[in-house]
Amino acid sequence: MSEQAPLLSIRDLKTYFVTGAGAARAVDGVSLDLYPGETLGIVGESGSGKTVTSLSILRLIPEPPGHIMPGSLIEFEGRNLLTLSAAELRAVRGNQIAMVFQEPMSSLNPVFTVGDQIAEVVRVHLGLSKPEAWIRAVDMLNQVGVPDADVRACEYPHQLSGGTCQRVMIAMALMCRPKVLIADEPTTALDVTVQAQILELLEKKQAEMGMSVMLITHDLGIVAGAADRVLVMYAGQVVETAKTEDLFANPQHPYTAGLLASVPRLDGGRGSLTGIPGSVPPATDWPSGCRFHPRCPHAWDKCRAQEPPLLDGPNPGQSARCWLVEEPNRRKAP
Amino acid sequence: MTALVQVDGLVKHYPGRRGWLGLKPSAPVRAVDGVSFSIAAGSTLALVGETGSGKTTVGRTLLRLVEATEGRFSFDGIDVFGLKSGPLRALRRRMQVIFQDPSGSLNPRMTVGDAIAEPLIIHRLASRAERPVRVAELLGEVGLDPSFAPRYPHELSGGQRQRVGIARALAVRPDFLICDEPVTALDVSVQAQVLNLLKDLQRSHKLTYLFIAHDLAVVRHVADEVAVMYAGQIVERGPVDRLYADPKHPYTRALLSAVPVPDPRAPRDRIVLSGEVPSPTNPPSGCRFHPRCPHPLKDAFCSSDVPGLREVTEGQWASCHYAEKPMAGTTL
Repeated sequence: MSEQAPLLSIRDLKTYFVTGAGAARAVDGVSLDLYPGETLGIVGESGSGKTVTSLSILRLIPEPPGHIMPGSLIEFEGRNLLTLSAAELRAVRGNQIAMVFQEPMSSLNPVFTVGDQIAEVVRVHLGLSKPEAWIRAVDMLNQVGVPDADVRACEYPHQLSGGTCQRVMIAMALMCRPKVLIADEPTTALDVTVQAQILELLEKKQAEMGMSVMLITHDLGIVAGAADRVLVMYAGQVVETAKTEDLFANPQHPYTAGLLASVPRLDGGRGSLTGIPGSVPPATDWPSGCRFHPRCPHAWDKCRAQEPPLLDGPNPGQSARCWLVEEPNRRKAP
Repeated sequence: MTALVQVDGLVKHYPGRRGWLGLKPSAPVRAVDGVSFSIAAGSTLALVGETGSGKTTVGRTLLRLVEATEGRFSFDGIDVFGLKSGPLRALRRRMQVIFQDPSGSLNPRMTVGDAIAEPLIIHRLASRAERPVRVAELLGEVGLDPSFAPRYPHELSGGQRQRVGIARALAVRPDFLICDEPVTALDVSVQAQVLNLLKDLQRSHKLTYLFIAHDLAVVRHVADEVAVMYAGQIVERGPVDRLYADPKHPYTRALLSAVPVPDPRAPRDRIVLSGEVPSPTNPPSGCRFHPRCPHPLKDAFCSSDVPGLREVTEGQWASCHYAEKPMAGTTL
């Protein structure tokens, strides 16, 4: 996969927010590549910067208070999205790069029927007439598994369940057959059986359309099942990246390992969960050195003083922002 | 062990809205429809279900935050639903609740110390002089430094706020805690800390828990017994190990199979249910799960006859006509 050219490349993305308590460095030097046809999982807890990263790609960050800092690069098919004009960007947004958000109910417009909202996408981007767009919208609703699509298309968001609303959002996102689908916590607000339906739908549509998916979630279980590669974020930075199997089998960063040990499992028994002491620091005040050091069981002087770069780990494509990669004998037994 | 909590035939119907002319009211919302369970002193029963299954309503009726339509709740031999307001208030000292959203359940204008002292004042459990000592003690019990007392809720993280919520519930030294989705709003690393705290407190304070949750993996770590709710009824109940290893009801099986497993090499045989949870105003005839049931033996009988909750194997109860012939599929 790495011989292929990436479809989307992010280099040194910095998105800062002006707050009363100083600059919040929400995303602070993130680099990543998304290859054609793959699913990249982005995992992190609240405040890690995963959502701000995804919003920065389509420049959906409210400015001010947000600022994407000079020197950041978001390259999609050879063009830097950060330097496009508003009109050029609109042609990409929702067309070649589409997004699905966490809360379908609040992302849909309550005063238009869902059919109109889905049809609008192709009327704007492809210039289709109203009746043509409507036919496509109903067809897409059908494809995303909404029963009685022609009836449902005439309904308003409040008449639909959360799961159906999320199907509507997915239908909207897929209308222009995007090359990249950014799904930000697409199932977090949904019940587990509905979540299973939505994940299956995303998987099926990806296989049919061959698009790349950036799947942003806090749930390691979802990533394990859906992603080819994973990127773990903490305190505005990428702290580890690896193929999904390598990440779960052999996590290099103590934060990744801590996260894995915190996840309650169905086969877990009544034993204690490990957890990670403390909580994520505020974005206005990242710790010195390695940002994870105050919560890290292995930390030593160097971690407090020097910030580690992403260091190559044992498996191809795996790297971690941790000095332990260079000094593995410092790793304490669990 | 004796049962501290005994609930029989609990029903909560909300009356339907009346039409424009006040004629024909629409059908009542049957939020909880005949739920029975008991919890032994010192143990944890987890009530699991999806949105709209009625699990939260069960908790609220037990606390009498809403009045039950029918049914009995006996707490340590006391008929709770029959109590007048005076004795009920006295009993509430023994029954406390922890809510899901710690930022919504703490008064933003009260310091942490005042919030924890409030139940001590209401129930006259500590004199003015004793209060700060008791508050510091309670903060210590939930793993917070006494220096948190003068702070305000907005200065705390979600996990710390939930710890304050727990300290507040513990202030009156209750016997029974209803935990309504206590870790749902928390990040996974913090969630583990709070779950461990709840388990430690159960041991040290001999607490009995009704743990209401939607996350089956979380429940696995805290519960002794599990009851699975669907459309206002319990469809399966049993000891946690057996229920997870060998679920008897097709809904339990589907629910378990839908939980994402944090292991890329785990076999994935998700049972994806079709359709949606039925409307509580008009539940399906017969077995309420029959329109979505993936069981191969499903037949006309399922849509006509209501399956009662019955003991399928020792201690494990399920309401399915074909519970003895479990479907092939996921085993854990």
